[in-house]
Amino acid sequence: MTKYIIRRLFWSIPVLFFLTLAVFVLIRAIPGGPFDFAGDKSLPPSVVKNLEAKYHLNDPVWKQFVDYLKDLILRFDLGPSFRYKSRTVNDIIAQTLPISAQLGLVALALALLIGIPAGIIAALRQNTMVDYTATFIAIIGVSIPAIVMGPFLIWIFALPHDIGGWHYEPIFPVSRWGAKPPFFLGFLPVPDLEFWKYAILPAFTLGTGLSASIARLTRASLLQVIREDYIRTARAKGLSERAVIVRHALKNSMIPVVTILGPMFAAVLTGTFVVEQIFAIPGLGKHFVTSIGNRDYPVVLGTSLLYGVAIVIANLAVDIVYAWLDPRIRYD
Amino acid sequence: MTTTTPTSTSKDNILVDVRHLRMWFPINRGIIIQRTVGYVKAVDDISFFVRRGETLGLVGESGCGKSTTGRAILQLYRPTSGEVYFDGQDLCKMKGEDLRRMRRRMQMIFQDPYASLNPRMTVGNIIGEPLEVHGIARGREKRERVQELLRVVGLNPYFVNRYPHEFSGGQRQRIGVARALAVNPDFIVCDEPISALDVSIRAQIINLLEELQEQFGLTYLFIAHDLSVVRHISNRVAVMYLGKIMELTSREELYENPLHPYTQALLSAVPIPDPVVEEKRRRIILEGDVPSPVNPPKGCNFCTRCPVVMEICKNEEPEFKEVQPGHWVACWRVGH
Repeated sequence: MTKYIIRRLFWSIPVLFFLTLAVFVLIRAIPGGPFDFAGDKSLPPSVVKNLEAKYHLNDPVWKQFVDYLKDLILRFDLGPSFRYKSRTVNDIIAQTLPISAQLGLVALALALLIGIPAGIIAALRQNTMVDYTATFIAIIGVSIPAIVMGPFLIWIFALPHDIGGWHYEPIFPVSRWGAKPPFFLGFLPVPDLEFWKYAILPAFTLGTGLSASIARLTRASLLQVIREDYIRTARAKGLSERAVIVRHALKNSMIPVVTILGPMFAAVLTGTFVVEQIFAIPGLGKHFVTSIGNRDYPVVLGTSLLYGVAIVIANLAVDIVYAWLDPRIRYD
Repeated sequence: MTTTTPTSTSKDNILVDVRHLRMWFPINRGIIIQRTVGYVKAVDDISFFVRRGETLGLVGESGCGKSTTGRAILQLYRPTSGEVYFDGQDLCKMKGEDLRRMRRRMQMIFQDPYASLNPRMTVGNIIGEPLEVHGIARGREKRERVQELLRVVGLNPYFVNRYPHEFSGGQRQRIGVARALAVNPDFIVCDEPISALDVSIRAQIINLLEELQEQFGLTYLFIAHDLSVVRHISNRVAVMYLGKIMELTSREELYENPLHPYTQALLSAVPIPDPVVEEKRRRIILEGDVPSPVNPPKGCNFCTRCPVVMEICKNEEPEFKEVQPGHWVACWRVGH
């Protein structure tokens, strides 16, 4: 197993190299440059020239690439941001990634907490009202995008309402989660009530879509497994129905769920543009998008590379979990 | 409809007594509101008994309801109607914890040794789990018992920590046998235990089952579609066709003196390992297909394909009658 992990990590090096190369070339191939505008007005050509010289943008592309790799490999330095003059890409990631990861972790935990039990219940009560209701909610959950769900939740829970003399004073704040440092960096030993007040709406917005996919996958997979012969064997052994499901069916049905969980984990942890925008969370998500418009080459590269690393690690973790779930899978 | 139940006197020493067992699976239609539009009559009113220590063979072609019968007896399906007396207690009326405890006394060996073992459990866990859930043994004692069982079925006791996929089909079926034996059952339903195996290892499993029967005084319901295997292992044989038992008698009687036209047709299809006799063997070829169990014929279930069909066969169902002592047949041509 250790050998397998080492081999996999080794082979991720060329993957990340080509990812970097592709993004490096492509972002420079897009028309326009990082210093075309400062705010609304364009910069004078002489200033642009100086800035380009400062950031070595006049060097041949291959030399820029080699320099970039040198900094990256030798010093883990992702370079300066062209747009945020006082910050490096490392700074941006260090400040925003934990905030995004915090949101992602809570949302994913919520998604698993809702999705897996919902899928199990739907499968065990297949073709009953319970199943139809769960499936219906899951479809709704998958189909409503965060950009609708977020404002909707804000409107309901974060704004005051007066309905026929009944007054609702919002208990959830609209936004600005992440003004405090994330809980898992040790600044906040136990998530307190305040934390959950801020967390619940954005995490729910992000989590519902995920939980719906997880629920549907769990249901489909469990339905398949409970028709297997060895489930009948388990019943014939004289196990209680609960033991049949928990000990024989569940673990066997988790493989497809784990498969999507890997990329899901990588995606959620590195931040989501929409949810972070709606709830004004200063996470990493927005940099994935705005850096492209800004032609902020190092930020584009840094975020892409970070996402690449997250995907590689998440998929490796998935493969390791496979081996635990299914002894027929062996790596050596 | 009347059927004389092959009931028995107490001297027969009956372990399993099946009476008027029906297993109908509903067919549901409808998009929003499901309604039952018909039934698959997989098993339709069958009665027989199994004596303590004997092997009752149950033969018939694919889809005739053999496996369903086995599963319904063990309550892996809940029968639509009828009674299954196991040592005097009606299993169909038992449920929950009572039934679960009863499973200690009745086990099943499954047809497909590849699918019937949980792929993510070790052999030790597969065999040991019943010991634990029935409170027979745990810990060190359980481990020793599992190793003992592996030895009994002819496997290396050191295999306990291996997974099913590391074994061949024959070895897996031995694991399945060990698992069934683990709880010291009285009665085992062998559901085509050799049909998924290579011909070369079938004899090994059959011999193993016979040895175990002798050693532990087991009672078998042996389901198969292979007539020569059933002949080898059974004391008595029941022939099923389309959810019903057509003929039931001792092995010798069935193979020497088959009375039902369906049994005769089945037996005529078995090659005889003697060139002189084989030369004279005349096959009775059955025309047509087995009717659908959703909509079986009105009279005798076999009337659509019977070579000697009469008018009455198409309209009225023959009684399942004891025409000679210990020989039951459901046919208008015999004993009516």
